Amino acid sequence: MDQESGAASAGSFISLNEHEQRYFSGLHSLCQADTSGKLSSSKVAELFKVSQLPPESLHKVTEVCGAKRLGYFGTPQFYVALKLLAAAQSGLPIRLESVTANLPLPRFVGLKNEPDMRYSSSIPPSIEAQGAPCGPASGAVTWTPAADRSTFRHLEANVDKKEQWSPPRSPCSSPPRSPLTYRSYPYAKQRNGVDAQIAYESKHSSRPMVQLEQHSSPSNYGTKPTAEHPAMARASSAERLDHQGVVDYTDDDPWRITEEQLEYYTNQFKSLQPDLGALILGAVAKNFFTKSKLPIPELSHIWELSDVDRDGALTFSEFCTAFHLIVARKNGYPLPETLPPTLRPGFMQPAEDIPNIAESAEPLIVFEDTQLRHSQVDRSVVERHQPSLPTIKQELTEESSQQDVGVKRGVTCQEKQTLQLGPFPERPEPPQELDPQMRMKTRPRSYSSTSFEDAMKKAEEPPTPPPRPQKTHSRASSLDLNKLFQQGAPGVKSGWLPPPPALPPRPPASQVPHFINVSEKTPQNKVQQPNFADFTHFREEEESSVKPEEQGPRSRFGPSTEDLTNTSKQDITAASHGQVPQKPIRRKYHPESQNLETPPPSAMPFPTPAKTSQKLLSRQKREIQMAIRKNKETNAVLTRLNSELQQQLKVVHQERVTLESQLELLRPLAST
Amino acid sequence: MAVCIAVIAKENYPLYIRSVPTQNELKFHYTVHTSLDVVEEKISSVGKSMGDQRELYLGLLYPTEDYKVYGYVTNSKVKFVIVVDSSNTSLRDNEIRSMFRKLHNSFTDVMCNPFHNPGDHIQSKAFDGIVSGMMVQTG
Repeated sequence: MDQESGAASAGSFISLNEHEQRYFSGLHSLCQADTSGKLSSSKVAELFKVSQLPPESLHKVTEVCGAKRLGYFGTPQFYVALKLLAAAQSGLPIRLESVTANLPLPRFVGLKNEPDMRYSSSIPPSIEAQGAPCGPASGAVTWTPAADRSTFRHLEANVDKKEQWSPPRSPCSSPPRSPLTYRSYPYAKQRNGVDAQIAYESKHSSRPMVQLEQHSSPSNYGTKPTAEHPAMARASSAERLDHQGVVDYTDDDPWRITEEQLEYYTNQFKSLQPDLGALILGAVAKNFFTKSKLPIPELSHIWELSDVDRDGALTFSEFCTAFHLIVARKNGYPLPETLPPTLRPGFMQPAEDIPNIAESAEPLIVFEDTQLRHSQVDRSVVERHQPSLPTIKQELTEESSQQDVGVKRGVTCQEKQTLQLGPFPERPEPPQELDPQMRMKTRPRSYSSTSFEDAMKKAEEPPTPPPRPQKTHSRASSLDLNKLFQQGAPGVKSGWLPPPPALPPRPPASQVPHFINVSEKTPQNKVQQPNFADFTHFREEEESSVKPEEQGPRSRFGPSTEDLTNTSKQDITAASHGQVPQKPIRRKYHPESQNLETPPPSAMPFPTPAKTSQKLLSRQKREIQMAIRKNKETNAVLTRLNSELQQQLKVVHQERVTLESQLELLRPLAST
Repeated sequence: MAVCIAVIAKENYPLYIRSVPTQNELKFHYTVHTSLDVVEEKISSVGKSMGDQRELYLGLLYPTEDYKVYGYVTNSKVKFVIVVDSSNTSLRDNEIRSMFRKLHNSFTDVMCNPFHNPGDHIQSKAFDGIVSGMMVQTG
């Protein structure tokens, strides 16, 4: 309606996008004095004056839009006038042709009941304290739904608007200030380097800032950008806003990440994970986001929205999305059900085709370039990173070296890394058990799926090798402790373990009787060890399948079992030296595990090739369980060793004391 | 199209149960509870071979005159139970399998969420969405 009549009167086509329509109709209702459809010329004149254009351009505008001809401002004329005002403010000549250009909305300073001022483009500001924006409060009067959406944007743009608001605005600012400070707490953290802080301080008492400062210190929520930062941010945001024009401000406005926010998020990401291309693990992210004091179900929902590739970790873009959602939520925005298109990772990485973003892709040239760089880095590093995830030790060292944040974080990361491995082998299992084709269909993934699936496939092989080649000595004596720790599970598939080395004298050399005991026992130990191995072998043989490589040694030791079992039992009962009973027990476990591990490889040829993959996975799982059990056993063994050593130490101390007292007694005699 | 969908934890308490609201929900809760016995029986019967060859999809657990109950167990002993109407003869085994697969995938996603503690009631909107998609759409 407006457009055609506007066209008719102005002789050209103008098209208003929805924002302009809304804004203009708001202004229209503002200026409407009566119901005749004509606008009150005084109000219109006031509006024009407020646009801060020189009077001759105002006259020109009136002339061009056709109102002069008509003698009044009808709706179409008004709209054309507004467009011309916008054109004039952006520096375009006041002609009808300029109406067709993509213009920002016209700026009006100091309007009461003014609809959102969010569309004002920013002028690189002088940092003077201006009136706090009453926009939210007064705007809410006429524009409640828009204001809700735009408060977020308000807070962003309010600094831009500051210089435009005349000081008389300040009195009305006090009521909305408290919710604003409350809401803008995380915001102020972002913009504390930006003028906002300075403006807030100067405008208000320092009390809200003190609150913010207090909030900031315990929450540990971020670094304070330096003073150069705001200038840079402002310039870039100004630049960006100019580029974007009106297309930027769609309904997803609060869901669009600005440059400043992006820088802030980048800093936060770096504090958690210095490599921008790497992933933040779920638990790390959880701890971080829990600090934002949002309720857990909401955080859970935010996670669901932002972890697009469903890998339990956040890439940089996912992190930004999540952070942005949290900030939005803290500012009072309801969480969306689905991810807004502007927050989707595809938005930041336009190389992938996500069709919705097509139309908004062009204006955000500056923004996209930076993001493109990030995204390419992201993707390449993520792909490189994910295949390396399954490698246990490398990752641990990498992570711990990367994590310069602190021991705590490093430990958390290590823990999480190991935990990540826990679900990792499980994760390949369910999709593996599904038909791989069905999995593709039922699990639509984003671009990162290919890399993740590759990583998953690669994840199957790496977990298998580590347990296998580890050959341990069965004895965790002081010499071999290191080896035990390094090698973990003694998954000796090669068969018979080499005879253990002679037991070194554990107690100090001063304890001669003990030493003799030990040396006596060592040959028995040697024989015992294989004996116990045999014993368990015999036991295991019933349940397990063929173990050809163990038949030979077993037959050799078979006849001597009975003798040795007797002697070993005596040893166990007689030993004051606690280590002897330990060794056989420990030895027993290893062949047990060895036996358990031999069934799987022996069972390998049996199942059909179709099930080999399942076998692999089950074997991995079993191996991991083995490893866990081994570690637990070694832990138990070591604690026992420790307690016994402590006892020995006490004994030795007592002996030393007695010896010293004897020496003291003898010394006077010797001197005389 | 299912009439009732339930997710039951390893310790046999429900993590998530949802049925078509028009009917008596208690009846479905009871049905699911009794089906747990059948599930246990099925998974213990394959226990000999270390349980790894056990297929996750258990199939038809038991038919009543009104309903058919299907079961699915994950490797971590989390059970999914779907109750469908007996009159719905067009529902094939493959479709049931695909429903379970979708449930399993969705459940995995929920588990991957670091804010979800295993053992908690499932409160994920995405999961709810998937389940709603599978339920009978009654007006």
